[in-house]
This record gives sequence, C-alpha cells and structure tokens, in this order.
Amino acid sequence: MATRQTQFLARSLLTPAVGLLFIWMIVPLALTIYFSTLHYSLLDPGSESFVGLENFRYFLTDPAFLASLQNTLVLVGSVLALTILLGIPLALLMDQPVIGRNFVRLMVIAPFFVMPTVSALVWKNLLMHPVSGLFAWLASLFGLTPIDWFNDVPLLAVILIVTWQWLPFATLILLTALQSLDEEQKEAAEMDGASAVSTFIYITLPHLARPITVVILIETIFLLTVFAEIFVTTGGGPGLQTTNIAFLIYSQALIQFDVGSASAGGLVAVVIANVVAFFLVRIVGRNLEA
Amino acid sequence: MARMATTRRVVVSTIGAWFFGFLIFFPILWMVLASFKTELEAFAVPPSFLLFHWTTENYATVQERSDYFHHAMNSIIIAGGSTLIALLIAIPAAWSMAFSPTKRTKDILLWMLSTKMMPPVGVLVPIYLIYKSFGLLDSRIGLVFILCLGNLPIVIWMLFTYFKEIPRDILEAARMDGATIGRELVYVLTPMAIPGLASTLLLNLILAWNEAFWTLNLSTSNAAPLTTFIASYSSPEGLFWAKLSAASTLAIAPILVLGWFSQKQLVRGLTFGAVK
Repeated sequence: MATRQTQFLARSLLTPAVGLLFIWMIVPLALTIYFSTLHYSLLDPGSESFVGLENFRYFLTDPAFLASLQNTLVLVGSVLALTILLGIPLALLMDQPVIGRNFVRLMVIAPFFVMPTVSALVWKNLLMHPVSGLFAWLASLFGLTPIDWFNDVPLLAVILIVTWQWLPFATLILLTALQSLDEEQKEAAEMDGASAVSTFIYITLPHLARPITVVILIETIFLLTVFAEIFVTTGGGPGLQTTNIAFLIYSQALIQFDVGSASAGGLVAVVIANVVAFFLVRIVGRNLEA
Repeated sequence: MARMATTRRVVVSTIGAWFFGFLIFFPILWMVLASFKTELEAFAVPPSFLLFHWTTENYATVQERSDYFHHAMNSIIIAGGSTLIALLIAIPAAWSMAFSPTKRTKDILLWMLSTKMMPPVGVLVPIYLIYKSFGLLDSRIGLVFILCLGNLPIVIWMLFTYFKEIPRDILEAARMDGATIGRELVYVLTPMAIPGLASTLLLNLILAWNEAFWTLNLSTSNAAPLTTFIASYSSPEGLFWAKLSAASTLAIAPILVLGWFSQKQLVRGLTFGAVK
C-alpha cells in the first residue's frame, strides 16, 4: 500500500534518471536545431549568421545526400534480409537435437561480441584482401579470379561484414523464441499427419512473427547508424560508394567543419530513426501490458 | 514429452549445426591463428593453417611499440566507470517504477526507450562542440559520461524487467513484519535482485567496451580505448596483419568470455524484454 511518504520517496528515486535523460535528449537536440539554421563553419569562426532553412535545402539537394540515402537503404535492407533469411534456418537447425549444442551456440554468438573496428579490419585484410586474403586464395583454388572487394563491390563488402556481426543476434533471438514454442502443439500437428513443411508454415512461422518484427526494428535502429565499419575500411569511398547518412554527417562535421549543414543532416537522421522508433515503441509498449 | 529423435536426424543436424557454427566462428579463429604467425607468414599465399612457425613475438611487439596496456586500461576505466555510474542512477529509478508504479510509469519507460532511438550522429555536432569548449575531447571522463547516458535507458529497462519478477508477496510479508523501506531494500530485495543486477552489469560492460561511435569521434590518443586503438591499424596497407591480429585478439578475448556467460540475458536486454 502506497502511503504519501513512499510515493514521495519513489518519485525522488526516479528524478535523477529522468532528469539526466531529459537533459541528454533535449540540450543536444535543441543545439542541433539551432545550429541547423546557421551558417556556421569551424574554419571560419565568428562568421555565424542566421540562414533559415538554407542548410536543409543545401543538405537535401546535395547529390551526396541522395547517394548516401540510397546506400543507407541498401545497407539496412540487405543486412536485414540476409540476417533473417539466414537466421531462420540456422535457428531451426540449432533447435534440432544437436550433440554439443551449447558449444555450437557459443561459436554462433561469438561475432556479436567482437568490437566493430576489429571485425571490419579482420575482414578487410585477412579475408577480403585481393591478393593475400583467404577469399582470394579460395577463389584461386577453384580457378576463379579473386574479387577486389573494396574496389569493385565496396558496398557489398561492407554489407557482408555487418551481416556477419548481426547474424548471431537474429539467430539467438529466433532460437530463443523457437525454444519457447509449445512442443505439444508441434507433436499434435505431426501426429495428425502434417508434413514438416506445413508444420513450419502454419505453426512455427506464425510463432516467429513477433520475434522477427523485433529483430527487424532493433537491427534497423543500429544499422541506420553503422559508422565504425565504414570509418576503418573505406572511409566512405571509393567516391561516395559506401557513404551512408551517418558517415556523410560525420564528414561534413569533422572533416569539412560545416556545422550548419551537418546539423541539418543530423536532424534528417533523427527524423528517419523516429519513424522506425515509433513502431518499435508501440510493439514493446503492447508487451508491457501483457 | 521429449521429441522422438531418430539417430539419423541427430547425426544430420549435429553435422549441419557444427559446420555452420564453425563457418561463422572461423574469422575469429583465423585472426587468432594469424596473431601467432610472423608478418611474412600472415601475408603468405597460399596460407598455412596450422603448420607455421608459432610465435608470440607479436604480442610483445604490440605492447612495446604502442603501449597496449594504456589503451586496455582506458577501455576498462571507460566501460567500467560508465557501467557503474549508470547502475547507480538506474537502480533507484527501476526500483521505484517496479515497486511503486504510477499511472505514468509506462509512459516514462517508453519515453526512456525512445531516447535510445536517437541516432548518435544526430547530436554529434553539439556534443563535439560542447566537449571542445569544456576541454573534454580525448578525456576519459568525457567518454565515461557519454557512454553512461547512452546506455542508461537499456540499464533501467533491464533492471525494471528483473525487479518486476520479484514476487510482491515477499515485500508485503516484510512490511507486515514492520520492516522499513531501508531494511526491505537491504535484506529482502537486494539478495533477490543480485542475479538481475549481475546480468545487467555484464551486458552493459559488453556494450560499452565495444562502443565505436563516440569513442572514435571523441578520442584520439590519451583517452583512446581499444576500439580507437585498433582503428589506428586501418591506415597502413597490409604489412601489419600479425600485429593487428594480436592486438585484436587481446581486445576481444575478455569480452568474448563475459559475453558467453551472459548470452541468455543478452536477448532480453537487447530486445527490452520483448523476447525472453
């Protein structure tokens, strides 16, 4: 029973966290909005002037923006598709009676714990190097011409690296969901003569619908801001081929020192992320009530 | 009832699972092997898998030439510091929301979650400028602070879902017996909350250790944790593979061990309790 005293206590325990998060959210965001209306270059200090929506016009009509938006969408879409399409069969396989399943689990989950800079550099050098990389050697075994990953298909190379990092996440969540699937339901279906395929389509897949949605939303939030993998492998290049929105904003802010248009770009990124966040928050919120 | 498992099914799925598991793990294994090769062998075509001259000199060189332990210490301080501070702020908040919920608790939780959705790049410019004017660029305290705030929503959420599972009856009983809130906290809640606290701590350590947006943008040398340190290997083409591998192996080994222990909680933490 909540007395007035415990209510007061509860509120004062909550205040520091709420206050800090509020400041953390509001102050930088307000500054970003403010900067986005200024002509503001770090190379030319003291020349700040109000330019209204000029930065947005500049950022949104910059060919680099369209290119980076496209790269972002391709990157997010491909990684989502790959992690889910590979994650489902992998999770199904690991849900089978496998000897030493715990050890297999450890191997599958491992890439998720590798820091982004390490996985990007190991893939770029040890695996994808056009002469000395392992892939080049494998290709030559089969008499194929090795692919020069970061020159010929740079975006695909980044996609593969990021997929390797996120496949464990998708697999682990789908596996967790599979293990909570009612065995008796599946057995009943099998006894009624349902084939493995129809058991999968009519029982397993509907059960996976929610975890798949969760995987899509959470991965999207992280994938929209992939940064370190691009930073250490391609630096956004060649040209703009691997520049995503996050990297474009970074380079406008900390390479070209154009605070104004980087801020405008930052707000564009916030808007895109919010669209995704809206759906995720709704799903999680529904779960809170259950 | 356990599923009937025919021998053939077990054999096929075991071979399949081990094959794909090994395939996914292979890049890490390959990196660890490269760290024990000489630079020449690491670069050699065709590559040697096990029959090379095993050496540990790369590990020594990484420490001598680039002061590896300085960066490892930075990682420990930044990940550990931000995690501890986040826990100190989050424990009272989560406790309060789990045990004295109000009408607004759900809204507050969802709002906290939404702050995590903000792309860091959206606030890169102001944070960078604020840090610049306060002399916080390339400082450990600056990184502790920002990683703490960045992970605070996840920490509160995880703790909240764990605290929620502590049975109410026990609290009622303690209150009936005249326990004050302080005693209730120390003798009843804490022992029951320790497993949840431990997994939250672990997951947050992992996230902070691997964080590579703020660390890359806000640190260069003095405060550079391992993420930034490893990134410095990106410039020279090819020639330092064995040393890169040695530094990388050292950088991921502790977190890999922690991660393997916390994989169950990982699902729960990263999905904000939506999948358990």
